[in-house]
Amino acid sequence: MVAYLDHAATTPMRPEARRATLAFMSEAGFGNPSGAHSVARAARRAVEDAREVVAAALGAEPSQLVFTAGGTESDNMAVAGRSSRGPILCSGVEHDAVLESVRAAGGTTLRVSRDGQLDLDDLKAALGAEVPPSLVSVMTANNETGVVQPLDRIIGIVRRKAPSALVHTDAVQAVNWVDPASATAGADLVSISAHKFGGPQGVGALVVRNPAGLDVTVHGGGQEAGRRSGTHNVAGIAGLAAALAVVQEEREALVKRVADLRDRLADGLLTSIPGAVETGRREDKVAGICHLCIPGVESEALIFLLDQAGVCASAGSACASGATQVSHVLRAMGVPEELARGALRLSLGWTTTDGDVDAALEAVPAAVARLRSAP
Amino acid sequence: MRVLAAMSGGVDSSVAAALLADQGHQVVGATMKLWGGPSDSGCCSVSDVDDARRVCHQLGIDHHVFNFSEDFERHVVGPYVDAHRTGLTPNPCIECNRHIKFDRFLDRALQLGFDAVATGHHARVEARPDGAAALVRGRDGAKDQSYVLSMLGQAQLRRLLLPVGEMTKAEVRAEATRRGLRTAAKPDSQDVCFITASAGRTAFLGDRIELHPGLLVEAATGATAGTVEAIELVTVGQRRGIGAGPDGRRHYALSVDPGAGRVTVGPLEELMTDVVEVGPWTWTAGPVAPDTPASAQLSAQFSAPLSAQLSAHGRPLAARLESEGRRVRLAQPTRRVAAGQTVALYAGDEVLGSAVAV
Repeated sequence: MVAYLDHAATTPMRPEARRATLAFMSEAGFGNPSGAHSVARAARRAVEDAREVVAAALGAEPSQLVFTAGGTESDNMAVAGRSSRGPILCSGVEHDAVLESVRAAGGTTLRVSRDGQLDLDDLKAALGAEVPPSLVSVMTANNETGVVQPLDRIIGIVRRKAPSALVHTDAVQAVNWVDPASATAGADLVSISAHKFGGPQGVGALVVRNPAGLDVTVHGGGQEAGRRSGTHNVAGIAGLAAALAVVQEEREALVKRVADLRDRLADGLLTSIPGAVETGRREDKVAGICHLCIPGVESEALIFLLDQAGVCASAGSACASGATQVSHVLRAMGVPEELARGALRLSLGWTTTDGDVDAALEAVPAAVARLRSAP
Repeated sequence: MRVLAAMSGGVDSSVAAALLADQGHQVVGATMKLWGGPSDSGCCSVSDVDDARRVCHQLGIDHHVFNFSEDFERHVVGPYVDAHRTGLTPNPCIECNRHIKFDRFLDRALQLGFDAVATGHHARVEARPDGAAALVRGRDGAKDQSYVLSMLGQAQLRRLLLPVGEMTKAEVRAEATRRGLRTAAKPDSQDVCFITASAGRTAFLGDRIELHPGLLVEAATGATAGTVEAIELVTVGQRRGIGAGPDGRRHYALSVDPGAGRVTVGPLEELMTDVVEVGPWTWTAGPVAPDTPASAQLSAQFSAPLSAQLSAHGRPLAARLESEGRRVRLAQPTRRVAAGQTVALYAGDEVLGSAVAV
């Protein structure tokens, strides 16, 4: 039995999403929505049905929704689509999909507090620059620590100080835990990814409130109103919508249940592991993430031992080779190197049980004790 | 046994892991991520990690990646750069073995509950009659890598498995081909993994330290014989860029002193020597008290004649130790060994220890 506590990496598919996906991987459901015949029309209808469901959940008009190949593509489209129009700002704790896009566009990163929230004074100073930014990108909830950003206040400041700037938010980690329509209401661009909330991998969406404000970066056959060319991933899009529909319905109960599990997990580990420190303030975080820094151990070794003990965990950050690296998020938060080396992210989701938490409460302290006692 | 196999993504370590799994050991593969910069192949590009991972998939064993890049920078790259700054010619592969593969990686393995580590080096670990673990040349003389392991001691050798040491390189490749491993035809790694063939040592060091011009000074006369653009890039024994003497005979770098900005140069016969001065020894089996190996003791102790190997691909040269072990006396003169290079001492095919030339 494996205790899967890496839902922030990917969460198991919801049965409803699996059914919806498989319907378009079947003998009948294979059409290309761009065609002009009955098979194509069936596929087109599935995409447009999905668009309505997803747009409604995100508080957007169907015409403002662009389906993509996932969160990374959505983030790239948002940043690259604004880079011709002026400087770009983002927080220093963004996911690499935003951070690297902003770097590639020659943009600037903003400081965060020790609690992981954007430093609003730094934001104000940057907005006051001679050339106003074209885009400010601040994530809804952080993928490593789970810290939620004060997006309303950030958007308010941007509107006052730099009215021509658009605001993008990477909401990839937020959808399970907060109502995306209200959490991202003021943002001009919103990224989501299906596999983080029970849909299939490789499909996502970007809300674009004002299409004229975003340059097209994926050219081709003109799908998605010319904003993202390429044959639709019909099965994936159907699965994304089905998963989101379930999450919308169950969110309240899910958040309550998972928050209790997470609190029991985090409190238990903080009690049983001397020196362990929780990252960020609990009240700022989404329900599904328990992030600790454990002095005297290395994440890589800890995760290896947890894997052997049947607990799937993460350090929260990895490079292309699969190697663990000290997280830029923790660095930006000013977490001391010695603590950041022992980062552990246990992320919970809709399938997490008391048994999973019990397994981690047993395995993590044992692994830490072993690593600390090793010669 | 539970064995952690260090897998570089090359053919030797692939076959090493395969053989151990066949022998019934519980094998886990691990690739060390050492270098984030550009690399020709070395051991740490993403594609090498992918190769190692795919081989593990084929063998049905788990694969992990350990990020030791900070340790690599601290113990290998940094000292390599510093050594060049001070006119030494370091051997980064040996320092990597000393500080990373057989220290950091071995410690990690023991910490995680493994009994031993394995690598794909062409060398052998054998039990000596006195119970010590002996490090012995690999069966394929042309591919023998015992020299780069010569700094190991009992603490490492007792926990080290070298399964391809009994095979020739051709046999290793044939075995990889037979198993359909994707690394079967992969070229051998070359030279220093963190220096690319295209940019080279000059660009690498030039990015990290200030390079200074130097004077070429004739050893015999003290006369200035020319200049070099970057004294930090000159190695003892180097001929390229050193020019010729007044008689037209080729000159070689005899010694390098970056502090004074001088390279002493001279003809080949002045480069030849039968003495290598060395720092303290590390002994594989430590039968001789450190730093006080009387040559008589050593010779009597081992039935095989003593020899020294002065570079990774060098031939063994008959040798004895003098001056409390701080001097290696060679039976035949050879080209001077640059300070910073490793000298490995053998009795027959067995490695006795290693020291760094000063």
